[in-house]
Amino acid sequence: MSIASQDSAVKNNRTTMVLIYVTLLVFALFYLVPLFVMIANSLKPLSEITGGNMMALPKEWTIEPWLKAWSTAQIGVEPTGLRPYFINSIIMVVPAVIISSIIGALNGYVLTKWRFKGDTIIFGLMLFSCFIPFQIVLIPMAMVLGKLGLSGSVSGLILVHVVYGIGFSTLYYRNYYAAFPTELVRAAMIDGAGFFQIFWRIMLPVSGPITVVCVIWQFTNIWNDFLFGVSFGGQDQPMTAALNNLVQSSTGVKEYNVHFAGAILAALPTLLVYIVAGRYFVRGLMAGSVKG
Amino acid sequence: MGFLEINNVTKSYGAVKVLHDIDINVDEGEFLVLVGPSGCGKSTLLNIIAGLENLTSGEIAINDQTVNHVHPSNRNIAMVFQSYALYPNMTVAQNITFGLEMHNVPKSEREAALNDVAKLLQIEPLLNRKPGQLSGGQRQRVAMGRALVRNPDVFLFDEPLSNLDAKLRVDMRTEIKKLHQKLKKTIVYVTHDQIEAMTLSSRIAVMYNGYVQQLGTPSEVYNTPANVFVAKFIGSPAMNVIPATITIKAKHAFACFEDGSGKAIDLQLSQPASSFNNGQSVLLGIRPEAISDLGNEDRNVNISKPFETMVMVTEPSGADTFVTLNLAGHDVVSRLRGDVALPSGTLASFTVNMDKVVLFDPETENRLDI
Amino acid sequence: MARSLHKPDFKTRLQDWLPKLVLSPSIATTGLFVYGFILFTFYLSFTNSRMLPNYDWVGLKNYARLWDLSHWWVSITNLGIFASLYIAICTVIGLTLAIFLDQKIRGEGVLRPLYLYPMALSFIVTGTAWKWILDPGIGLQNTMHLWGWESFEFRWIKDRNFAIYTVVIAAVWQSSGFVMAMFLAGLRGIDNEILKAAQIDGASSWHLYRRIVIPMLRPAFLSSFVILSHLAIKSYDLIIALTGGGPGRATELPATFMYSYTFTRNSMGVGAASAVIMLITIAAIMIPYLYAETREDRS
Repeated sequence: MSIASQDSAVKNNRTTMVLIYVTLLVFALFYLVPLFVMIANSLKPLSEITGGNMMALPKEWTIEPWLKAWSTAQIGVEPTGLRPYFINSIIMVVPAVIISSIIGALNGYVLTKWRFKGDTIIFGLMLFSCFIPFQIVLIPMAMVLGKLGLSGSVSGLILVHVVYGIGFSTLYYRNYYAAFPTELVRAAMIDGAGFFQIFWRIMLPVSGPITVVCVIWQFTNIWNDFLFGVSFGGQDQPMTAALNNLVQSSTGVKEYNVHFAGAILAALPTLLVYIVAGRYFVRGLMAGSVKG
Repeated sequence: MGFLEINNVTKSYGAVKVLHDIDINVDEGEFLVLVGPSGCGKSTLLNIIAGLENLTSGEIAINDQTVNHVHPSNRNIAMVFQSYALYPNMTVAQNITFGLEMHNVPKSEREAALNDVAKLLQIEPLLNRKPGQLSGGQRQRVAMGRALVRNPDVFLFDEPLSNLDAKLRVDMRTEIKKLHQKLKKTIVYVTHDQIEAMTLSSRIAVMYNGYVQQLGTPSEVYNTPANVFVAKFIGSPAMNVIPATITIKAKHAFACFEDGSGKAIDLQLSQPASSFNNGQSVLLGIRPEAISDLGNEDRNVNISKPFETMVMVTEPSGADTFVTLNLAGHDVVSRLRGDVALPSGTLASFTVNMDKVVLFDPETENRLDI
Repeated sequence: MARSLHKPDFKTRLQDWLPKLVLSPSIATTGLFVYGFILFTFYLSFTNSRMLPNYDWVGLKNYARLWDLSHWWVSITNLGIFASLYIAICTVIGLTLAIFLDQKIRGEGVLRPLYLYPMALSFIVTGTAWKWILDPGIGLQNTMHLWGWESFEFRWIKDRNFAIYTVVIAAVWQSSGFVMAMFLAGLRGIDNEILKAAQIDGASSWHLYRRIVIPMLRPAFLSSFVILSHLAIKSYDLIIALTGGGPGRATELPATFMYSYTFTRNSMGVGAASAVIMLITIAAIMIPYLYAETREDRS
């Protein structure tokens, strides 16, 4: 699924090419405008927003809304800003990504190189679990988290994200390892390497690309999750839920500039990942459509 | 009792039987080649010997030990794979010594073994490179080095040359043969290439459909093929196999064909007439090199009466010229000397070296043993 | 004859069960947290659970009630409108952009990431952004007025009859770049020689695409349809951030319906029933697709 350019056999005349460029640029604007609006308006004082043009650049530049969104804005009842929730999200995302990726790698390894009767069915069941509407598990999950004493805690969210992240991470590693020559595993077996030695010495060292894909995918998904966060986060809500709280709060004046700053703060980690490793992000998306 | 015994080995995947009662004994130092078209079961058999696949019934024994339930790493075998299966993240040196490391061989011994092997295969300058930086031939050598360093009882080769280009393949073939002559190790070698099988082996097992069709020395397999399959599989161009009818005239047996135009061609067989019934149907197997243009026959062999026929195609290949001629409506390929001048579409006379002709039963396709 | 050794050696036996042992935690969690929970929710949908789960069997009563609720009908009607427009528009935009980008465009490397970045954002962020852009008071309408187009009116987000279309706009903004990437990968996967052959046969660009290229993109069409429809059915965050389900109930979807009936309206049984219906809908689309995909893998 390379996106690399290749010689197209098609030749177009001038008018067609102009039309094509215009269309492409119009769509580029369509995708960019919301980001521009968010950034521009997050740097304006509130008066400039309510009285002015959302498309205009700030007349008076200020980072006040950002500071407010970060540390003093009212989230729910507490004027804590988004900072504690940002930290919650980090504490939740990092272990969840690491654990689900490790399990996915091991699963992918077993499912491709140590095949046994019924492994396809097991993989199929894990694969389908990626696509279920999570509404179907909300009620029992709430009960189980309660029983485990993990309701309203970051640990509970980590558990939830690991459990429902395994499907995708397994899918990634399985498809990657499926293309990895089985002869190498056999050679290592004859050389005397055991199950974990083969994984550690042969498979892992070449798993860099898929690990990047998997980590980015899990990071983006878990960071961006709202449903689990709002259902099971309790007081320890993740960033998305806190942002929604901030934006939807019905008390006081609507501070649009603070909302925008908060929205960008919530988007920042995944946007950064996208900017730094967009190629891998796209690859993950495609592999997430099973084959692409 | 052989050094490597394959006793009544069968292998089934569910209801599908892919190996039927394979029974081969390999002596120490022998070079056995398993040859056959893809899907014949040769690679499965090799994997069973290696312990990479389980057998359904039967026994594999190495050096007088049943190894059916022994882990591949403890069978004292080494294997060279078609893709070489070099560990991409390790250097050449690490690749070669990985097996020793896994078997807890001390570092100093590993180094010594590595140096010996590197010298033997002339890969010393490559030891610190990664497989990705090597050419196909160099990877091949490293893969062999990895096998050699273990000093195993049995070497297993799984189509080791099929990823090389034509010229390199011939060079490496010679090299493998030299290595075998030098080390005198037991080798089981899988290939689909009958030339590799013929040139390398001390014995060949021709496999097809999960059966060993014939087990024998290269010359046995070539000159007295057990059946039509082996006859056509071994040798290039393939043996011509043509239906014929036996006629007994004056105490001699003749293979007779109608050539379509009503003219009959009779070839007098070397075999005694008493072996045949008059009117019996047979399949006549003629190697391309058993056909000669008139006047260029080998001496001291039993030559048939010349027959005149149409030259269909002439394919000069340098050393030889392959001439396809029409024999009783069948295309028959002959291998003639390189400078023969027989343009297609002309009539020419040919003879057959009847000593080289083999006969098959048209029903069973097995060779008539006479 | 070599003597027989009947038991596999330790290393062989270890390798027989170790892989299964490694896989077993995942099998257990998937079995419990996915399939066990599905069964449990399925069971709850036959009980009269209200604020908390209880186990009083009421048969199909919850389903009957569900299909009697206008709220549910609004949700599934909205889902129908939303999903079909979302899928159709994303496909058209995605295909168009992909084909256009495939014309040796200068700056493709800049444009492609621009089309795709919304996919990296949370639906909550997308919803927040579009909520204000679509707000007549400060957003697009206000901007047009300030730029001198006084008669411009765009108040869909406040209009019961049109609010659902604003959800479509925001969702298309987020996902169409992804569909573009799928089609672009499909286009780049087509053997160039086929295109050259068609041109030698005298096909115009239009015919080339209509008769050869687009039919060859069938797998990409299928994949994007499946992915988009599953995203549509699961849509929850975007609604919450963009419209909160309103105005009134105008933009409720099954996902928001399920959440409010289960957790705020104390009708867990009905909520569970709605979740079951969501699952069945997704399963009807995903299972044949996944089955076909994994089968192809094997061959």
